[in-house]
Amino acid sequence: MTRVYVAGVGMTKIGRHFDKGFLDLAAVSAFKAIDDAGGIEPEAIVVTNMMSSRLNEQDSLGAYIAAGLGLRHRPAFKVEAACGSGGAGVFNAYTMVRSGLFDAVLVVGVEKMTDYPTSTVTSALAQAADAEYELYYGASFTGLNALMMRYYMEKYNVSRDEMSEWPVMMHSNAVSNPYAQFHRKITKEDVAKSQVVADPIRLLDSSPIGDGSAAVLLVSEELAKKLPNKPEVYIAGAWMAVDTVELTNRDSLDRIPAARVAAEKAYKMAGLEPKDIDVVEIHDAFTINGVMLLEELGFAPYGQAAKLLNEGRFHPGDKPTANPSGGLKARGHPVGTTGVYQVAEVAMQLRGDFPGLRVDGAETGLTTNMGGDGSSLSVHILRHI
Amino acid sequence: MPITISPARVWRERIPRYRLVGKRCKKCGRIIYPPRPACPACGSRDLEDVELPRTGTVETYTIIYTVMDGFRDKAPLPIAVVRLDNGARVLAPLTDIDTEEIRTGIRVEAVLRRMKRDGEHGLIAYGIAFRPVLYEQRKQ
Repeated sequence: MTRVYVAGVGMTKIGRHFDKGFLDLAAVSAFKAIDDAGGIEPEAIVVTNMMSSRLNEQDSLGAYIAAGLGLRHRPAFKVEAACGSGGAGVFNAYTMVRSGLFDAVLVVGVEKMTDYPTSTVTSALAQAADAEYELYYGASFTGLNALMMRYYMEKYNVSRDEMSEWPVMMHSNAVSNPYAQFHRKITKEDVAKSQVVADPIRLLDSSPIGDGSAAVLLVSEELAKKLPNKPEVYIAGAWMAVDTVELTNRDSLDRIPAARVAAEKAYKMAGLEPKDIDVVEIHDAFTINGVMLLEELGFAPYGQAAKLLNEGRFHPGDKPTANPSGGLKARGHPVGTTGVYQVAEVAMQLRGDFPGLRVDGAETGLTTNMGGDGSSLSVHILRHI
Repeated sequence: MPITISPARVWRERIPRYRLVGKRCKKCGRIIYPPRPACPACGSRDLEDVELPRTGTVETYTIIYTVMDGFRDKAPLPIAVVRLDNGARVLAPLTDIDTEEIRTGIRVEAVLRRMKRDGEHGLIAYGIAFRPVLYEQRKQ
C-alpha cells in the first residue's frame, strides 16, 4: 500500500480576524499549502469545521470552500467531530490517499468564532456534549471538563499549583510562534488568580476563542516521487476511536480510553513506541485534557503527568517535547481546525522549518486531537524520511 | 421570540428524564443512563428498562460561572455527576444547597425542578436536580 506524504502545509495566525470572512481565512491556509507543495492541484478537498452551521449560518461546506478556492468538479465534503474535526479530517484524507483512490487530497480546517459574543460561542461549543442529558441542564463544555478535572485532582491528590505548570509552559512555548494567538508568558500565580469559569477550571486553564485556518496537502508515494522537491515527512500511523458523548456512560471520569485505543493502533502501524517520539502536539482545550492525554498516550503513568511536568518532563529539551507550538492554550483553538494545525506544526518540526520553538533533530512526531470531552480521538504519527 | 423548547422533544424524553428510567444490559449487567439502544460496554441490544434509585453520592461537581445562553438567571450553576446507589451515574444540577457546602461524597436525592422556560408565556421544561438528603441527615 502507498505511503502517505505531507507535501504542503499552511496556517493563519490565530486571533480576531475582523477583516476576514470564512472563505478568506480558508483561502490563506489552503493556497499556502498548495504553494508549499509546489502547486499540486488537489483531487479532493476535506473541509474540517465544527460550528459553521450555528455561527456562520453556512452549510454545504465542502462545495462552498472547494468551489470558492477555484477547485470545482471534484469530491469535497465537511468532516465534523466537534473540537476533534481537524484530526478526523486529516485521518479521513489519509485513508483516501492510502486506499490508492486519490493521489492528492487537501485538508482545510477553518473556524470563525469571534463574530459573536462569548455566551453565544459558549452555547455553540457546548453542542459537542449530549444535547438532551448535558446541555439541557446547563452543563457547559467547560463545566463538563471541570467535572473531570476535579475528579482527577481528588483521585490522584494533584494540587492546583501542580496543574498550573501546564498553562505556564504553554504560554512560554508560544512566545516565538508567529501563528500563536498569545505571545506573553504567565506565572502559576496568574493562573491561580484568574477568573473561575467553571470551578476548578479558571480562565488561564482554558483555550481562547479565536479565528483560524490551517491546511495540509497529503499525497501518495507515486505522486511524491514525481515532485521536484520530494516531501520529507510521511504519516507512519494514524487511527481514530470514539467513546460515549455523555460522560455518565463512560467507564471512568479520569480516563480517555479512546485516546489509548487510537494511540496503540497508530504506534503499531508506525512500528514505534512512546519512548521513540521526539515531539508531540497534544489537545489541551483545558489543562486537564493535556495532563490526561499525556497519560493515555503512554508518556506518563496514570495520575503522574502533572507531577512529572513539575519535575521538568515534557519541557523544551526533553523527549518528547510537548506542544512547542504553545498548544490549544496559547497557540489557540479555532475548534474545528486545531487537528490540522497540529499536523502542519509537527510536519514543519520534522522538516526543520517550524518558525517558532523548534525541537532540534526531531525525526518522529505525534499529534492527538480530541472532540468533546473525550468522545472523538484521533492520533497521527509523523516521521521524517 | 423563537421557540427554543420543542414540546415533542420534551414529551419524548419524559420517562427517562422525570422518572430516572435507564437501561440494564442483560448480557453484562451494565446500567446505562441516559438510555441507549445498545450497551456502550459490550454492544448488546438485549436491554431492559430499569428505574434508578433516587439517592446517591456526589462523585464530582463543578460550579459554572460563565453560563450558556438561557441560563443567566441560574449563575453560579452547580452541576454534579451523582453515583446512584446501584452504581449508575446521572448528571444533573444541585439544588437547595449553598455553593460553599458542596463537596464530593455528600449524599443527595433526586427532586423535580424547573430547568428553563420559553419566554414569558412559553413552554416550561423540567428535569431532575439533586439536593442534600434530608432524612438520612436526621438519622445520623
